[in-house]
Amino acid sequence: MNEKQQLRVRKIKEGTVIDHIPAGKALLVLKILNITGEEGVVIAVVMNVESRKLGKKDIVKIEGRFLRMEELNKISLIAPTATINIIKDFKVYSKQRVSIPEKIKGILKCSNPSCITNQDREPVESSFTIISKTPLKVKCDYCDQIMVQKDIVLQLTGI
Amino acid sequence: MLKGRDIISINELTVDEIKEIFKTADKMLEVLKEGGSDVLKGFVMATAFFEPSTRTRLSFQTAMVRLGGNYIDLAEISRSSLAKGENFADTIRMLDSYADVIIVRHKIEGAARFAAEIAESPVINAGDGMRHHPTQALIDLYTIRRSFGSIDDLTIGVLGDLKYGRAATSFIYGVTKFNPRKLHLISPESLRIRLEVREHLASRGIEFVEESDLEKVLPKLDVLYVTRIQKERFPDPAEYEKVKGSYKITRRVLEKAKENLIILHPLPRVEEISLDVDGTPYAKYFEQAKYGVPVRMALLKLILKG
Repeated sequence: MNEKQQLRVRKIKEGTVIDHIPAGKALLVLKILNITGEEGVVIAVVMNVESRKLGKKDIVKIEGRFLRMEELNKISLIAPTATINIIKDFKVYSKQRVSIPEKIKGILKCSNPSCITNQDREPVESSFTIISKTPLKVKCDYCDQIMVQKDIVLQLTGI
Repeated sequence: MLKGRDIISINELTVDEIKEIFKTADKMLEVLKEGGSDVLKGFVMATAFFEPSTRTRLSFQTAMVRLGGNYIDLAEISRSSLAKGENFADTIRMLDSYADVIIVRHKIEGAARFAAEIAESPVINAGDGMRHHPTQALIDLYTIRRSFGSIDDLTIGVLGDLKYGRAATSFIYGVTKFNPRKLHLISPESLRIRLEVREHLASRGIEFVEESDLEKVLPKLDVLYVTRIQKERFPDPAEYEKVKGSYKITRRVLEKAKENLIILHPLPRVEEISLDVDGTPYAKYFEQAKYGVPVRMALLKLILKG
């Protein structure tokens, strides 16, 4: 983030900055994290700012919240270019890129109602293999159903 | 190579493994001429069919008996614990403790793969919903090999319900293991192959064409694989009514066929092939059904004993 951009939103003391979100996807990221704004913490959303890498990008800052691995995996599905900066005492404590895992277990629900993973009372967790990262395409390990980016975003965010 | 293996989809078998199954099936035809053998004496197979079956269940059971083994059969749902509400996972655990190999058919897709995760004994998928039916595909390919000596370099047509039909789907997957000259996928618009099958064909670099006119393509074909329109899998009965009886193979339709064309059908047939075709040299579907026993004998022998 350059100086000019930092001026748009003040620094956070502790929490997470999700940078390099593809332009226009910041609200989806918040939705995926189930952040509604009613949590009472400071949240900053910056959209469509210039980026050397992406042309344009979005940024989300969340005060007082650190992300779990499962949440990082979810973000990777709709914002694969995102970087996660953990902020402690106003400084960047750690920085990592999200990466789409080879397998996604438990996060997504198979879109095939006849899939074994959608049956009540069967002890089985959904599991998908990534068959394409851009555009995102996944295949159910149990029933072979293919889900594309649009289905995945809809399911994770309802949008 | 195959000892202890689960057979959930034909995609998981290599060409060499398929060829090994075929060579063993050739030997099993000889074994059958002698009335059978006792190579699987002491082994127990469980057949768990949560969907109706005639040929698949009976041919698995016959195959096991002909090799000297025994089988236990999960009774119809109304007579088993399933009627009391037992879940699938617990049923499989029970069968796993009784049997050396489990044959599963279920309308729920992915059921056989889930069973294979639960059970220590090998699991063979005898059909899961509209997705896979790998042993049927082995029988289909074996029939082609018996007729032509090879599965490569043939022009193959698959006709009928390519969307909901698991036999058609597994057959298409099976063909992609070999080098067909071209694959013609003939169906009404609403019954075209599913996305995952289309992706698979593309990834294997198979030349295929989706079309609706059987009579136009028929003269080019070496193999015509006919399937039933899967009434039970249509979400909307009105859709079924629209496409049922879309295709019917009759002697008249076959006038333009190549001399050595073979017609396959996984059976049961409804009205797709007229009865007067049965007596023609093209009709290989009864022979195909007969191969159900030696191919399944080969598979059981290789999985249980290597």
